[in-house]
Amino acid sequence: MATSIRDKRRGEVEPEPEWKLKARRRTLLLKMGTTALATVLLAIFLMPMAYAFITSVKTSEQASDPEAPILPSQPATFEYEGREYDILAVPIDGEVQNLAIVQPGRQESEFIDPDDPDAGTIVWEGNWRQLDSVRESAWAWGNYQDAWDFINFPRMLFWTLLYAFVTLVGAVSASALVAYGFARFRFPFRSVLFMVLIGTIVLPPAVALIPKYAFFTQIGWTGTWLPLIVPLMFGNAYNVFLLRQYFMTIPREMEQAAAVDGAGPFRTFIQVILPQAVPALTAVSLFHFFFAWNDFFDPLIYLAGNRDIVPISVGLTFFSGTYENNPNLIMAASFIALVIPLTIFFFSQRIFLSGIVVSGADK
Amino acid sequence: MTFTDAISKERAGPRFRRGKMSDSEKYEAKLGFAFISPWLIGFLVFYLIPMAASFIISLFDYNLATNEASFTGLDNWTRMLFDDPNTWSSLWVTLRFGLIMLPISMFSAFMLAVLLNSLNLWGRNIFRTLFFAPSLVPFVAGALIWGQVLNSQTGWLNRIIELFGINAVGVDGIRWLDNPTLIPVTYTFIGIWGIGNMILITLAGLQGIPTALHEAAHIDGAGWWRRLRTISIPMVTPVIFYNLVLGVVALLQYFLPPFVLQGTTGYPEGATNFFMIYFYQQAFDFSQMGYGAALAWFLFFIGLAITILLFGTQKYWVYYAGGD
Repeated sequence: MATSIRDKRRGEVEPEPEWKLKARRRTLLLKMGTTALATVLLAIFLMPMAYAFITSVKTSEQASDPEAPILPSQPATFEYEGREYDILAVPIDGEVQNLAIVQPGRQESEFIDPDDPDAGTIVWEGNWRQLDSVRESAWAWGNYQDAWDFINFPRMLFWTLLYAFVTLVGAVSASALVAYGFARFRFPFRSVLFMVLIGTIVLPPAVALIPKYAFFTQIGWTGTWLPLIVPLMFGNAYNVFLLRQYFMTIPREMEQAAAVDGAGPFRTFIQVILPQAVPALTAVSLFHFFFAWNDFFDPLIYLAGNRDIVPISVGLTFFSGTYENNPNLIMAASFIALVIPLTIFFFSQRIFLSGIVVSGADK
Repeated sequence: MTFTDAISKERAGPRFRRGKMSDSEKYEAKLGFAFISPWLIGFLVFYLIPMAASFIISLFDYNLATNEASFTGLDNWTRMLFDDPNTWSSLWVTLRFGLIMLPISMFSAFMLAVLLNSLNLWGRNIFRTLFFAPSLVPFVAGALIWGQVLNSQTGWLNRIIELFGINAVGVDGIRWLDNPTLIPVTYTFIGIWGIGNMILITLAGLQGIPTALHEAAHIDGAGWWRRLRTISIPMVTPVIFYNLVLGVVALLQYFLPPFVLQGTTGYPEGATNFFMIYFYQQAFDFSQMGYGAALAWFLFFIGLAITILLFGTQKYWVYYAGGD
């Protein structure tokens, strides 16, 4: 607070007036309230993440059983004379004992005490079906291994990363060139062309899709990554826009100095402008990486018929269709798929939060 | 500054001087075109020419599976507009969803941005990071996770609602994914993880408001609510406009969540038969390229109309502070 320095200076001499203390208390309450509100909202917002994780370590039976408890567990069993018996909660003499049922019957059943199996069987009168089974905590970590194997994760990861990085290099370089052109040079129709460029962000790409698809099919590119990679090599409107915004903040004197030293425009661009624009280039690269990781529609149509090379987004969809009755495996696969992007995000969150990814300007 | 601001500015900005160009101007123009040539080529080859070709294809009955094409004139168009109820119902499904999803997500994003901008919040950066994180969960994984959370039997949402004494779990409960009237709300839930970008840009907008404005109002005795209403909201209207434009763009291309969860079945009762789902089914499941092209052009016109309409409304409610 602005008054704090003065407070400290006088603090020793005279006691703080009552109103100041009140105001400080009020601020503290306000801070606690605001932070509590944010915590509650965050908990609601992230609840599905917890759900996904917990479900991913449940057994299939538990995951699809609406009566099952929230935490991962399975019915407890006891091995007796080479056989597995379910443990049930049996009320005997007013107290509940956890006993293994060895001989179920409609009127009376025989039980064994797991803590004392040598004591022989205990007979309990009543219908055993009315007894609750005892559950023990069981975390099915094996789901991750299963999901990893069933989905062939390494192969999908390879194609996804290949796609992301190959197109990253092409798309970012092309976008940087185009952005520099729009940022620095005056040429006829610049405004119109720039607005057309921006227009391509706004208008649905489906309108150009059918002929592209038909053409790529005719030349035998469908079922390969080529129709996905090649069109991205010409720059992307959103990246161009962000980079142009950034380039415009770089002082022209830099280029003039380079020109005096005899550098041509292209060399100036490479050696003077690009090093200045590293924050923006990093942001756009990250932006592109997440775009590629999520790209769904185009891989879905162009790679149809070649399931061996689909990226994670499409592969996960196929997987969820095949393992519809195993929500635990679907959640495990989803979790595997989100680990890499989220890790990258947590290491680069400064860049995202600086606002450069959304507006092209550093804050 | 966002691209919607840039368009507004570009339209008002100085035009290139017509008339004879000097040699140095010619050189500069040549360089400019050289630098933007990757985009020019890409735009021509992958956008403009295919768009024109798309229109021509829409005049044919073109089946890519058998590679047979016959000229049918405007048959695809009349079928689409007058004989095929799915065109309008899928458009309605999409727009109805937008009418529910856009206000909810834009409002939540704005309020969260205000919260995350509050000086009274401890650990602001941690909260910002964590509220943004779900936006980077791969969309397919996000859709699958929410699909499970919204499961009427085993999902947590219904279990939580049940805690408030409402019968939610089970066949008589709230069947988020099976009840056609609930579908727009259901898919709003599924999309809520994607509001991170909206939050971030709104936050950037709020941070861009000169503190002097708030201080002056504070001294004049304006409370929190009044400052929000008369300073913060008007000052971030450009950002709200940008979010609205991008929201509409995403809406018209809405495909992934319903496709991942329901395929092209439209389950329940066609309520997930969004326009792009219908387009995908016609063009790629049924290989009807001509009809697909007509649908795509139709969507293009709808998008163009909405965009022009939105930009036209700007002058009534979007406030651009002079200079930058």
